Amino acid sequence: MSKDTNNNAENLTSISSKELGGNIFVYLEIEEGVVADVSLELLTKGRTLADKQQCKLEAVAIGYQLEKIGEQVFPYGVDTLYLADDERLSPYTTLPHTSVLVNLFKEEKPQIALMGATSVGRDLGPRVSSALFSGLTADCTALEIGTYEDKKEKKVYEDLLYQIRPAFGGNIVATIVNPDCRPQMATVREGVMKKEIRDKNYKGKTIRLDVSKYVDDADFVIGVIERHMEKSKINLKASPIIVAGGYGMGSAENFNMLFDLARVLGGEVGASRAAVDAGFSEHARQIGQTGTTVRPKLYIACGISGQIQHIAGMQESAMIIAINNDPQAPINAIADYVITGDVAEVVPKMIKFYRRNSK
Amino acid sequence: MSLNIIVLAKQVPDTRNVGKDAMKADGTVNRAALPAIYNPEDLNALEQALRIKTKFEGTQVHVLTMGPVRAAEIIRESMYRGADGGYLLSGREFAGSDTLATSYALAAAIRKIGKVDLILCGRQAIDGDTAQVGPQVAEKLGLPQITYAEEILHISESEVTVKRRLEKGIETVKGPLPILITVNGSAAGCRPRHAKLTLKYKNAKTVSERQASSTDYTELFETHPYLDIPEWGASDIEHEPQWLGLAGSPTKVKQIESVVFTAKESKRLTPADNEIEDLIKELITNHTIG
Ligand SMILES: Cc1cc2nc3c(=O)[nH]c(=O)nc-3n(C[C@H](O)[C@H](O)[C@H](O)COP(=O)(O)OP(=O)(O)OC[C@H]3O[C@@H](n4cnc5c(N)ncnc54)[C@H](O)[C@@H]3O)c2cc1C
Ligand SMILES: Nc1ncnc2c1ncn2[C@@H]1O[C@H](COP(=O)(O)O)[C@@H](O)[C@H]1O
Repeated sequence: MSKDTNNNAENLTSISSKELGGNIFVYLEIEEGVVADVSLELLTKGRTLADKQQCKLEAVAIGYQLEKIGEQVFPYGVDTLYLADDERLSPYTTLPHTSVLVNLFKEEKPQIALMGATSVGRDLGPRVSSALFSGLTADCTALEIGTYEDKKEKKVYEDLLYQIRPAFGGNIVATIVNPDCRPQMATVREGVMKKEIRDKNYKGKTIRLDVSKYVDDADFVIGVIERHMEKSKINLKASPIIVAGGYGMGSAENFNMLFDLARVLGGEVGASRAAVDAGFSEHARQIGQTGTTVRPKLYIACGISGQIQHIAGMQESAMIIAINNDPQAPINAIADYVITGDVAEVVPKMIKFYRRNSK
Repeated sequence: MSLNIIVLAKQVPDTRNVGKDAMKADGTVNRAALPAIYNPEDLNALEQALRIKTKFEGTQVHVLTMGPVRAAEIIRESMYRGADGGYLLSGREFAGSDTLATSYALAAAIRKIGKVDLILCGRQAIDGDTAQVGPQVAEKLGLPQITYAEEILHISESEVTVKRRLEKGIETVKGPLPILITVNGSAAGCRPRHAKLTLKYKNAKTVSERQASSTDYTELFETHPYLDIPEWGASDIEHEPQWLGLAGSPTKVKQIESVVFTAKESKRLTPADNEIEDLIKELITNHTIG
C-alpha cells in the first residue's frame, strides 16, 4: 500500500489515500420522506470528491418508508444507496442511527463520510466518530483534496481530505486532516456547499439493509414524546435579492422598512446576529458563520458593520450595497456600492425611486 | 432521592470579544490577549445540575474539567455557585488533545469517579464550537445521550424527561438513567455566586496550586479536607497511552490562516436624491433588480 519515494533528501514514506481505497459516504437527513437540502448539497460535493478520488459516491438513508429516497438522490450522482427502513428508525434518535452507520462503516470502510452540521448531524457524527476512533471536523466551510506532510514521522500522505473550517470565533481558518484514521469525517452547515444535479438519469443501485442485523433492541431506549418541527417559510438561500438589517436598524419597527424594500424588489429579509440578539428579527433570518450562508445576486446590508462572522456568510454575493452612517465600517471594504448615511433616510428613498423607475 | 451528577466544564479563551491584538502577526491566536472564562453553555449545564440538587437533598454535583493547572479556577467558580466539588484532569500527557482524545480522557476520569447517574455538558465550547465532546464521552461510556436540552422537565432515579431545542423545532424525549445530557445556551442561566460559599471555598485548591503558592496550606487542609480539589494526571486514570493527547488525536491541524477578505473597489454615494435614484436606475438597467 505504501511506497518509498525519494522526493526529499530524507526518505519520506508516501501514502496514497486513493490506493487505500474506500468510497465516499453521505448520511441523508430525512424529514417526512424528503431528503434535506444540506444532504443534497453534500452529495454534490461528494460527487466532485469521488470523481477526484476515482471512487464511488454512496448514500445512506435511515428511517421509515424510504421508497421515494432513490428518485430524490440518484440525480446527484449516487452510485449506491443503502436503505435501513424500519418503523423504529423514525423519528431520528441517536443510538439506532449510530449503530447502523457504525456497523455499515465497519463493513464498507469508507475513506470519507459527510453529514450535515444540523441538530441531527451534530448529534450523530461525534457518536459515530467516537465508536470508530476516527477524527471528525465540525462545520467545515470548504472540503478539498490535497497532500499532507508529517515532518516528524517522515511521511507524506497523498489525496487526503482537507477539512477547512473557521476557528476561534471565526478569526482564523484552519485546515484539518485525518491522516491515519478512516473514515475522514466532516460536518457542513446548510447552504455552505452548492447543490447541483449531476444527471437526471443517473443510475445507481439500491441495497436494502437487514435492519435487525445492524441495530440492537437496547438502542431504542430514548422515546420521543412530542415533536414540533416548523417548516421555515423563510428561504434565504433561494432568494436572488436579500435586504439584510443589522443592529444599526435600531428597532424591530425600523426593521419593517426592510420588509417593504424586500417586497418591492422581490427579495427576502436577512439579519445580522446582533439584530437577532436584540430581538429585531427571528433567528431563522440570521446570516453568517452561525446562520445561513447566502450568495444572492444582490445583497443590501443596512446598518451592518460587517464583522468577520457576518461576512463569512455573504461575501460571495454577486453585488453588495452597504448602507451605513460610518464611512469606516468594515462592510464597506467588500461592498460594490457604499452609501454613507442614515438607513432611515436611504431605505425609504430606495423604495420611492424604485417605484418611480420600474414599470 | 439523591443523584450523583457530574458536570463537564471547560475553561476557554473568550472568543466572543476578540480585539485586534488577539491575532499575532503570524496568524496564530494570541491566547494571552484573551481572558479565560467559564465556557458559557457549561454554566447552563451547571444550573440544571444545581436545580436538581436543590430539589433532591443529598444530590451531589461535581465538576470535571481537563485543562492546565489554571483551569481549577472554574472548579472554584462552580463551588461558589453551589457545586460540591470538582476534579481537575491535568498533565502534559493530555496536551494536544482533539475532541476524541479529550473525550477518551474524560470518560476514563468519570469511570474513576465511580457511580454517576447523570452527566451534564454544555452543548459546545466557544473555542472550537464543535459540540463533539459530550456525545463522544457518552459513546465511550456506552451511555445514551440527549443533546440540546433546554429544560429538564422531570427526573426520577430511573428516568429523565427533557425538552430539546433543535434548529427547526422542539422535541420532548424521555430516557433512562444513567445518561449524558448536553445543555443549550437557551436554557436557564446560572445562578450567581453565593457570598457564603465564596467565603467557604475561596481557599479550595489543587495540589499544584498549593505548591506554587508561598502560603503553607498544610494545616488548613488537614482541618478542612473539603478544600482539596483532586488533581489527576494520566497515571491516575486507567488508559492506554496511544489514545491520549496528540497521539490519540486523529485530527491534525495542517495549516492556520487569519481571515482576510479582499477589498473591492467600491463606488461611494451620499443619500442625496439624485445619487440614490441613479443607483436604482443603474440596477434596473443591468437587470440586478426589476
Ligand atoms: C462565534 C461567533 C459566531 C458569530 N456568528 C455570527 C453570524 O453568523 N452572523 C452575524 O451576523 N454575526 C455573527 N457573530 C457576531 C459578529 O461578530 C458581530 O457581533 C455581528 O455581526 C454584528 O452585527 P451588526 O453589524 O448588526 O452590529 P454592529 O457591529 O453593532 O454594527 C451596527 C452598524 O450599524 C451602523 N449604524 C448605526 N446606526 C445607523 C444608522 N442610523 N444608519 C446606518 N447605519 C447605522 C453602525 O455604524 C455599525 O456599523 C458571531 C460572533 C461569534 C463570536
Ligand atoms: N477539556 C474539557 N474538560 C471538561 N469538559 C469539556 C472539555 N472539553 C469539552 N468539554 C465539554 O464538552 C462540551 C462540548 O465541547 P466541544 O466539543 O469542545 O464543543 C463542553 O461544553 C463541555 O461541557
